[in-house]
Amino acid sequence: MIFSVQARVDTASKVDPSDGRSLWQDSRTRFLRNHAAIGSAVLLLLICLYALLAPVASGWSGEAIDWNVLGDVQSKGRPSMETGHLFGTDELGRDIFVRTAMGTRVSLMVGVFGALVAVIVGTFYGAVSGYIGGVTDSVMMRIVDILMSIPFMFVLILLLMVFGRSVILLFVGIGLVSWLDMARIVRGQTLSLKQAEFVEHAVVTGISPLMIIGRHIIPNLLGVVVVYATLLVPNMILYESFISFLGLGVQEPNTSLGALINSGASQMQYGTLWQIGFPLFFFISTLLGFFFVGDGLRDALDPRDDQ
Amino acid sequence: MASYIIRRILIGIPTILALVVFSYLLIVVAPGSPFAGERPLPPDVLANIEARYGLDRPLAEQIASYVWRIVMDFDFGPSFAYQDRTVTDIVLQGFPVTLTYGFLAFLVSVLVGVTLGIVAAIRKNTWLDYLAVGISIGAQALPNFVMAPILVLVFTLWLGVLPGGGWQGGQLPYLVMPVIALSTSFMASIARITRSSMLEVLNADFILTARAMGLGFGRIIFSHALKPAMLPVVSYLGPTFVGMITGSVVIDMYFSTGGIGQFFVNAAINRDYPLIMGITILTGCLTVTFNLVVDVLYAWIDPRIRY
Amino acid sequence: MYCLPPHIVLSFLAVCMVVGIPAETLQAGSFHPETGEELSDNRTFSYRMLDEFPTLDPQLNQDSEGFDVIRDLFEGLYNQGETGNLVPGVAERHVISNANRTYTFHLREMAKWSNGDPLTAFDFVYAWRRAVDPATASPYAWYVGLSMISNASKIIAGEKPPTELGVTAVDDYTLEVHLKQPLPYFPEMTTYATFFPTHRATIEKYGIAWTRPENIVSNGAYILTEHVPKEYHTRERNPYYWNNNATFMEKVTGKVVNDENLALTRYLAGELDMTGVPSGQYPNLVADYPDEAKSVPILCSYYFAINHTDSAHPALGDQRVRKALSYAIDRDVIVQSVLKGGQYPAYSFTHWATAGFRMPEIDYMKLSQADRDSIAKSLMHEAGYGKENDLKFTFIYNTSEAHKLIATVVAQMWKQKLGIEIELVNYEWKTYLDIRSTQQFDLARAGWCGDYNEASTFLDIMTTGNTINSGRFSNAEVDLLMQEAKKQADPQSHYSEVETILADEMAIIPVYHYASAFMLKPDVKGWPYDNVQKQWYSKDLYRVKEM
Repeated sequence: MIFSVQARVDTASKVDPSDGRSLWQDSRTRFLRNHAAIGSAVLLLLICLYALLAPVASGWSGEAIDWNVLGDVQSKGRPSMETGHLFGTDELGRDIFVRTAMGTRVSLMVGVFGALVAVIVGTFYGAVSGYIGGVTDSVMMRIVDILMSIPFMFVLILLLMVFGRSVILLFVGIGLVSWLDMARIVRGQTLSLKQAEFVEHAVVTGISPLMIIGRHIIPNLLGVVVVYATLLVPNMILYESFISFLGLGVQEPNTSLGALINSGASQMQYGTLWQIGFPLFFFISTLLGFFFVGDGLRDALDPRDDQ
Repeated sequence: MASYIIRRILIGIPTILALVVFSYLLIVVAPGSPFAGERPLPPDVLANIEARYGLDRPLAEQIASYVWRIVMDFDFGPSFAYQDRTVTDIVLQGFPVTLTYGFLAFLVSVLVGVTLGIVAAIRKNTWLDYLAVGISIGAQALPNFVMAPILVLVFTLWLGVLPGGGWQGGQLPYLVMPVIALSTSFMASIARITRSSMLEVLNADFILTARAMGLGFGRIIFSHALKPAMLPVVSYLGPTFVGMITGSVVIDMYFSTGGIGQFFVNAAINRDYPLIMGITILTGCLTVTFNLVVDVLYAWIDPRIRY
Repeated sequence: MYCLPPHIVLSFLAVCMVVGIPAETLQAGSFHPETGEELSDNRTFSYRMLDEFPTLDPQLNQDSEGFDVIRDLFEGLYNQGETGNLVPGVAERHVISNANRTYTFHLREMAKWSNGDPLTAFDFVYAWRRAVDPATASPYAWYVGLSMISNASKIIAGEKPPTELGVTAVDDYTLEVHLKQPLPYFPEMTTYATFFPTHRATIEKYGIAWTRPENIVSNGAYILTEHVPKEYHTRERNPYYWNNNATFMEKVTGKVVNDENLALTRYLAGELDMTGVPSGQYPNLVADYPDEAKSVPILCSYYFAINHTDSAHPALGDQRVRKALSYAIDRDVIVQSVLKGGQYPAYSFTHWATAGFRMPEIDYMKLSQADRDSIAKSLMHEAGYGKENDLKFTFIYNTSEAHKLIATVVAQMWKQKLGIEIELVNYEWKTYLDIRSTQQFDLARAGWCGDYNEASTFLDIMTTGNTINSGRFSNAEVDLLMQEAKKQADPQSHYSEVETILADEMAIIPVYHYASAFMLKPDVKGWPYDNVQKQWYSKDLYRVKEM
């Protein structure tokens, strides 16, 4: 469930910050030439559209029970145009077309916001640590080492039990599990950026360290950060599915892809395969999309792979 | 190097201690009593139980005596939920099981993952590459709580070749499905990491030189390219290991293997304080150790890294 | 494999003969002595357990799956028969004296421990004192208090030493019990684990590890031979059991399978002889396996607690709103379309199959659902809440697939029929208990299983101050009636009156009466289908040759 993005981002990080503009242009050209990445970006866009529009387009709401179907889901709950349940219904006669959209929305939100939390905390922490350097740097990095030794999944389970379950805690909890790698990468980048002329120039003119970090360091880290974030999103979605499996995910009647897949998986031996099939399709497509886009971005930002 | 290892071990001790205090506080503030049930216990009965486990004493004293007993007698206390066993009994029974299938799954994922990755890299942009990438992404995106019931349906019910669960001291037929279910997603990540780092190494100058000198392709791969290409893979082993323990929650639940993962989740649900603490400390120690091993391994592979 | 060291497997027969297993039980082609059915050569039975049991110590046990095992390993004064009737166990008979306050049990002299030690009345005295001893800290100590044995409650509170407990061994085979006040069902209470004898020497020697297969000494029809927590355990015939000749099953295995659907897969693959039916699957399984899918009533009621304290939504203080909520639930949909396992729609609290209990006449029970719905709507209207009423209640339940289904369906019924918004909140079990017992809810899912087979095990809960009464319902009339009922020879009229008050006040919302749906291999016989507390003993089971 845990994927190292650090190792992969390392290769993307050999960016020469003094030559920003042409580099970004090159990268864009490279990215546009990558068919898998473009295709995936389009796929993700379509999935987002579906997640937003499906509840409006369908006559059913995600929580309404189709009383005609309830009790005989195996035959009446099949996907069909007649009943209006394009993807069929779940074991309670609720429309899967709409519920999958709801679940996709929640999973995407957990993924994106979780990654955002990780990226924000990690970037800021790493930039400060790397820029200030010296004792502060080594103390801050030792703290990261210590935190890395904590079995975080276990702590997250405890946290969800202590503070009750909420989507917010899920974002924050999952995000906080993942900011450590980010902090390390950003610190490394910052160390090399510090040597760059424009930073030294800023130091000489007497701009405050915080301003330098905000104005000069972080914008130049954006490339790495974006790549890392893209690769983090699918991890977050997988984390969430595990949490849902443990029954600690979002509250009914809301749902997530992980929760839908989990309840679909428990029914699959009784022949209601549409209950797992459709959510699983969107789950895998979303992950695939993020993987390829992330790979594409990384390749695009890494000039050495350009042959 | 030696001093580095000693320093890391020394830093591990306060880490574990902080983990103990943090987890203990977290559990104690968690709502719900370990002894609550559908029928609330009469106050006298509850008082007797709390006195027996020392829960009537002040919190600081509880933590201190908990740590003291571990340090002096290596006594992790009795389990609240499993009254016939101590925490040590449970860990001694469950941990070897998790370790066995975890280690095997680890081996399988590294061997198969690295092979797949190398094949894909060597045959870049051929059908073999696409197949390998396709398999690995598919495997990565299929959660193991979906994989596990599918495996049981196929191998136990339809083919009737493997037992649907149990451990029986780790006999081969009982091992197959847990190892497959646990290894696939890690195998997939390792394959993808290997592929990209192998591609990078194959484009490096020293490999190009070697090829120009007319060295055999197989020889180049195994005696020159493999070692540097393994660097990112090695850095991924730490997270993999932690993931194996987390993943064992699902494995234990579906295959009744009696491993430590499910004991943890149940301990958290039951508010079995000593058992939660025991397993958290165990995984904390293992994570510290494993991160250290990985770092040392890293230094061995890449002599440029100095501590 | 209790009777032989593992390295001499070949001499299995010889070794076992020495220990004294009757030869005929090992022969093939025998017949059941009572029914005359031809017995199968297969004398093993395996069943699915949902989870690992917390303990095998009879005095500490409070778990039903643990009790399934303990009932086989240990035997108390009496056992439960096919219908829950009393069957002699270690006691052959008892005499009641002293105005129904003294019970004298005469124990059978043949009873032995699994190590050959004789089983005496002193073992019972030891075990019962142990149950109430504060040092044992048994979570089930209150059960002894409930049995009215003199001084039990004072010993639990630490006010008297355990030796003061009202139980004495007159001689090796006579046990005398003194009660604080008469309790007609005292002998029935001795069928529970807390009152089983335990072997003092073993407990003192091994401490908490005394229940391990290598240490345990027990007196039941079976002994524990293997146990791997969270995986499985086996129990095998105890050659020292006094009625060993009448035992058929040689070996019983309990396998832990958490997931009910997976358990069914493994049952169908032949790895289990018995497993529960996953929720909602009973009709399909009856169609496919008519000889194997069973559904029998068990003594549990599912209901929604209503918060009657100030922390609840004020609208719930209105009896009409409470009634409307209950009337608007289409219980037939829940029972027939969601659960589908042979459950009964409930309009009153006490389970319909409770011994000696006749279902009272509850007014809304006989109406059609359409009538109930329209009454519900007009009740809401009378109470001043129209279709657009902005009522929003919090409904809490503990995390579980089945509870989730029911909560979701009922919330939709209330929303569509009465326009009431329901906020569903689920908590994992321990948090849920915390929230519920501190009344931080409007409506809460609850269930109750009878401790014993008599209506007061349900109705006592509705009295003021009962800790299980989590909605804190309080009604002076109910309290009085329940108190009076204890003194009646036939308390039925009191119970009917209480149920009527509960329905009129809508103290709780009854939803359904449980049934237990399970799969059992067709050749397994002797299952006590009519025991509504589902207390089965492996010693009563046997397998017949398949036709």
